[in-house]
Amino acid sequence: MVKDVCKTFHPNTVNEQIALYNVNVRMREGDFITLIGGNGAGKSTLLNCVAGVYGVDRGTILIDNSDVTRLPEHKRAAVLGRVFQDPMMGTAANMGIEENLALAYRRGLRRGLKWGITRRERELYREQLKWLGLGLEDRLNDKVGLLSGGQRQALTLLMATLKKPKLLLLDEHTAALDPKTAQKVLEITERLVKENNLTTLMVTHNMRDAIKHGNRLIMMHEGRIILDIEGEEKKKLTVEGLLRRFGRISGEEFANDRALLS
Amino acid sequence: MLDILMGAISLGLLWAVMTIGVFITYRILNIADLTVEGSIAMGAAIAAQGITMGMSPHAATLLALIGGMTAGLVTGLLHTQLKIPALLSGILTMIALWSINLRIMGKANISLLRMNTVYTQLETLGLDKVYAVIIIGLIVVFALITCLYWFFGTEIGSAIRATGSNPHMVRAQGINTNTTIILGLIISNGLVALSGALIAQSQSYSDVQMGTGSIVIGLASVIIGEVLFGKKNFYGRLISLALGAVTYRIIIALVLKMGMPANDLKLFTAITVAVALSLPVFKQYLLPLRKSYKGVE
Repeated sequence: MVKDVCKTFHPNTVNEQIALYNVNVRMREGDFITLIGGNGAGKSTLLNCVAGVYGVDRGTILIDNSDVTRLPEHKRAAVLGRVFQDPMMGTAANMGIEENLALAYRRGLRRGLKWGITRRERELYREQLKWLGLGLEDRLNDKVGLLSGGQRQALTLLMATLKKPKLLLLDEHTAALDPKTAQKVLEITERLVKENNLTTLMVTHNMRDAIKHGNRLIMMHEGRIILDIEGEEKKKLTVEGLLRRFGRISGEEFANDRALLS
Repeated sequence: MLDILMGAISLGLLWAVMTIGVFITYRILNIADLTVEGSIAMGAAIAAQGITMGMSPHAATLLALIGGMTAGLVTGLLHTQLKIPALLSGILTMIALWSINLRIMGKANISLLRMNTVYTQLETLGLDKVYAVIIIGLIVVFALITCLYWFFGTEIGSAIRATGSNPHMVRAQGINTNTTIILGLIISNGLVALSGALIAQSQSYSDVQMGTGSIVIGLASVIIGEVLFGKKNFYGRLISLALGAVTYRIIIALVLKMGMPANDLKLFTAITVAVALSLPVFKQYLLPLRKSYKGVE
């Protein structure tokens, strides 16, 4: 849950920019929220505030009723699964696939001087990779740097959910992929979320994806939430309808070529 | 000639310890850590002063290791807690160590002639000092490689390796990158100081200046090792470092033998490293050329 969160970048300078203005979101367990908005709407900022990459100026962030507002990024990670926009961000390129998975498997646990990967784990990884259906199960020792962007995002998704997170944060995780790969990664996302019944917050530029996926849609504009639709109402949404509602609320055209065209 | 070769090998093995330290920061953590220039001299200073004061050479060497680890800790804290860029943090500690090393020794250099060193025991068995150094060097290097291979395979070790590769990912997996960076710097500088202690005892003196340019020697050894003996797996990489350090020493011994003035040594090393580091850039220019040739065929 996000409560009254405010965030300003470069306060008291000419570059001052209010990124989030009194943002309130209450997520329920099992919610799959798609978060949409134009450039600079504050979507990614909101996500990064939840993840602890940025501190907030005001307000509180609660995860499962515990206040994490002051907790550093690496401590919050214990209950968060994250996938980034840049496929390079989610994995360690010069380490093997299994080594990356092993790092993720220990998220939130104390790390000691035990061996980094056990044989039993390796079986689990193989199984999970097989489930992805990308043929990665036979390449456990390959360096992640050898994988394509789509494969890396799929692997990052697996890493984010290997230890079930209380909240899965997806930051435009398909934006850097070609349309076909993006669809595949989204399909994997959908399957992972359903199978593990994950509470998910997915930022996207793509209106169609935002409408198609999830049970709830939130639209942001200039640091505020301007639309929050769920259930039956969301199912009936169309891109045109969404654009119309956006224009009515914000009094502007939806200024984002990428979102319109895709 | 054999003398020169053996001398080079013995020195190379001792510098291999330092090279492994440099590898940990430069390759694993992805930080060019200049602390090593100070910590190698610190290791020499602590060992020399300790032995002069009547400590057992082994205890003095261990103390040197701990001293180096402390230096690494200081750089780590400057970098992670005070947010000073890594390069500058290393330079600050390096400069500070110059004064500290003078304080430790009380003067600019200490002679260890006719004193007990870690090599004395083997020498009393009738071995030449060079061979004593080679044996001790081999033991230390292999013990280290084994320990480090194990350590970097553990959960903590994997986290340190990942930190150098992608700190964002590491934090997202719940690891405090400050801790892993500090740990890496501690281990690295501990090894460098250990190397300094062993070198001082083998050449029978410690000098406050001995660290100058050592980072470049370390880098040269890392790169030579990777280029000539490079292996994909971690164990092979560690061994290639030791081989790189020894090769570097042999090369230096040969060019000196061929008549290069010793004063030009640092220039020679710097040029070697600059060329080796710029290889990827040259490759980038040359590769398209080669491809276009193929296209014509």
